[in-house]
Amino acid sequence: MGTRACKHTSGMASPSIGEAGKTGQWRTHRPVVDAQKCTPMKRNTPGCFQCWLFCPEAVIDRSIPIEIDLVYCKGCGICAEQCPSGAISMTPERDADEE
Amino acid sequence: MKTKLLDLPEEEYMLPGNRACAGCSLAIATRYILKALEGNAILVVPASCFTVLGGMYPVSSVRLPWMNVTFPSTAASASGVAAGLKALGKSNGPTATTVVAFAGDGGTVDIGLQALSGAAERNEDILYICYDNEAYMNTGTQRSSATPLGAKTATTPVLGKQQHPKDMVSIMEAHGVCYIATASPSYPADLYDKVAKARTKKGTRYIHVSAPCPPGWGFPTKDTVKVGRLSIECGAVVLLEIEDGVLRLTGKSKTLAEHGGLKPLQDFMAVQRRFSRVDAAVLADLQGWVDARWNGYVKRSAERAVPQS
Amino acid sequence: MAVVENAVRPTAGTRIITGNEAMALGAKLCRVQVVAAYPITPQSQVTEKLSEFVEGGKLAAEYVTVESEHSALSVCIGASTVGARAFTATSANGLAYMCELIHWAAGARLPLVMGCVNRAMAAPWNVLNDQQDSMSQRDAGWIQIYARNNQEIIDTVIQAYKIAEQVYVPVMVCYDGYILSHTVMPVDVPPQKAVDAFLPSYTPHTILDPADPRNLNQVTLADPRMDAEGTLCHGYMELRYLLQEAIEQSADVIAAVDEEYGNTFGRRWGGVTWDYRAGDAEVILMAAGSLASEATVAVDALRAQGYKAGVVGVRVYRPFPQRALQEATRRAKLVVVFDKSLSYGYQGPICADLKAALCAVESAPVVHGCVAGLGGRDVKARELVDTVKESLRHLEEGKPIKEPIWVNCQI
Repeated sequence: MGTRACKHTSGMASPSIGEAGKTGQWRTHRPVVDAQKCTPMKRNTPGCFQCWLFCPEAVIDRSIPIEIDLVYCKGCGICAEQCPSGAISMTPERDADEE
Repeated sequence: MKTKLLDLPEEEYMLPGNRACAGCSLAIATRYILKALEGNAILVVPASCFTVLGGMYPVSSVRLPWMNVTFPSTAASASGVAAGLKALGKSNGPTATTVVAFAGDGGTVDIGLQALSGAAERNEDILYICYDNEAYMNTGTQRSSATPLGAKTATTPVLGKQQHPKDMVSIMEAHGVCYIATASPSYPADLYDKVAKARTKKGTRYIHVSAPCPPGWGFPTKDTVKVGRLSIECGAVVLLEIEDGVLRLTGKSKTLAEHGGLKPLQDFMAVQRRFSRVDAAVLADLQGWVDARWNGYVKRSAERAVPQS
Repeated sequence: MAVVENAVRPTAGTRIITGNEAMALGAKLCRVQVVAAYPITPQSQVTEKLSEFVEGGKLAAEYVTVESEHSALSVCIGASTVGARAFTATSANGLAYMCELIHWAAGARLPLVMGCVNRAMAAPWNVLNDQQDSMSQRDAGWIQIYARNNQEIIDTVIQAYKIAEQVYVPVMVCYDGYILSHTVMPVDVPPQKAVDAFLPSYTPHTILDPADPRNLNQVTLADPRMDAEGTLCHGYMELRYLLQEAIEQSADVIAAVDEEYGNTFGRRWGGVTWDYRAGDAEVILMAAGSLASEATVAVDALRAQGYKAGVVGVRVYRPFPQRALQEATRRAKLVVVFDKSLSYGYQGPICADLKAALCAVESAPVVHGCVAGLGGRDVKARELVDTVKESLRHLEEGKPIKEPIWVNCQI
């Protein structure tokens, strides 16, 4: 199959999520949120959201409950590090799979 | 008017699943820079980590028009975009699109400096953002003239860099541009506000964003924000604005200037493997350099205390 | 030049002007919207003249006084990408300095027009004429047209935008430094209204619009890759194939535009090649630019001495006019090519390309390659005559000749 169906004269791309594929496959650890410790989740009131603020991947929603898109989360651990309540822990992927 | 964290807009212009490294500070910075641009900008981007973050043909990771350009030409290419928009009658009014040149330190302080100097001298109507990870990170951590003294890089592997970095703030000041700022993704609201303010101005505007790099500086990916904060707490990075020649410190740097508490530089260097070979003499040199610069900024910002707008 | 019989010849009058002024006037008539200006001898007067037009309110363009030639072409690339018609001009070392942008503009398929006032490359420094500068960029993917006089310069600039904006390939309009750039000749100036009617407005093939964000000229992989909608998009090789395809197809567009220009303005320049007394020629002199014009004087002298000589002028060097040159040289027994440049280590570019084009032709003429006029060394018609006679003598005596033949090299 040739590429003539592509009408581009020169390189021109449109935006899409997952340009590098399912980058969740990069990680060795995944973030797990403890609802008992997470301030906005505990209080059911918007607040803190340091995880949303600092996620380099923009995979954390500023919502209650905190939701992390694990399809693309690269497992950097910044959210866990920055959470003032220690509500996020980085769990090894293989352990997470076994759960 | 400082934007509160929870008032920062939610809409994302940088899409997940892009090619940036895990824990990349440029990715954090990009989220807030693009939020402040509100989708009404054209990005002009040279060879850099940002090029890679932007995606490989035919998929883009950013919901903004983006023009890739040659490495030395960022400010010149952006000047051309600005000239073209002006010629087409598209550069004025409240809905005018901001032309944003967005380059790394290599593409700014080294190979891109001529074009930037030319554009600034002509006062081209562009917002130039330099994200500074202090080496040519995209090609494997070779030293640039933004690399700090003593840092190990792929081209200073044993002796560490032998020179202090170029002072881009002073260089841009020498060109008389109307707005210069430094910022850090560890303080997103400060970065956001500076981009939003720069957007309202005309002529050449320059923002230098410190961008800690886990693989290049040698720290775990989880510590990106922490290392950035340390850089400011130790005075290695200073948050400031120079608006029409008036310098003011902002955010954490302003607090440190007013209340003291600058930490020793060693605290910042200890958490990065790139400084592992720094001996006492180099450390003293570095600390002296940081102190001199810090004292200069503090003195200057105190001389003309202007209410922060 | 062929005068088109019975054609209406709209004119704004005849002016006695230099080649540089002709180029500037051409750009003005094309209503270029962004001009990038950087000085270099012998081009500087092009951009000086354009600044007079802009500051005098005669040309509504953004005039960007860049700080280098690398930035000059970068400005043009930026402007053209957002949809403005852009122009710059340079020579020699300036052209070399913008080399990566020359490749970029071609790969980005931007319809730029750039004047190259042909000048020798340093080292050592030399501000005088030869064609090494533009010839050294022949591989980048620009259309290259060589003008033989100042009338052709102004006409070719106007044609160039029409060609470029149709095929989305940038066009380099080349003309000899000093010989044309600084020499005054009578030039019939086309009227603005007629040029406006001849040249439609420019529509870019890609967009930079926040309402429909696209990312242009990203890192591209070796192999084709699927986009998010499931279309298999080009790999690098396919994008480059498209560039080659467009340049190959441009030969027909160049000829058609020249034809249309002739019908509109009463002057036609031959399309990709032109000839002078070549129909029954046994020996053909071949060159590009003003040297080909000088060769017509040599041909008249040779004819007067009984030689059946003719000129085939290369107007368009890229795309290389293979078929046209194969046809034009078919009946000759010898072609003497005069290159004003040299691919060091081999031969002059026109000569080498011609030999390649003729290798598949049965009973093709013998080709002798000469190097002439480097660094502004004057080339006189009698030197062309003597070189041709010497070549013919070698051919008739069956003696090989050492190539390239250096014309009036005084070593």
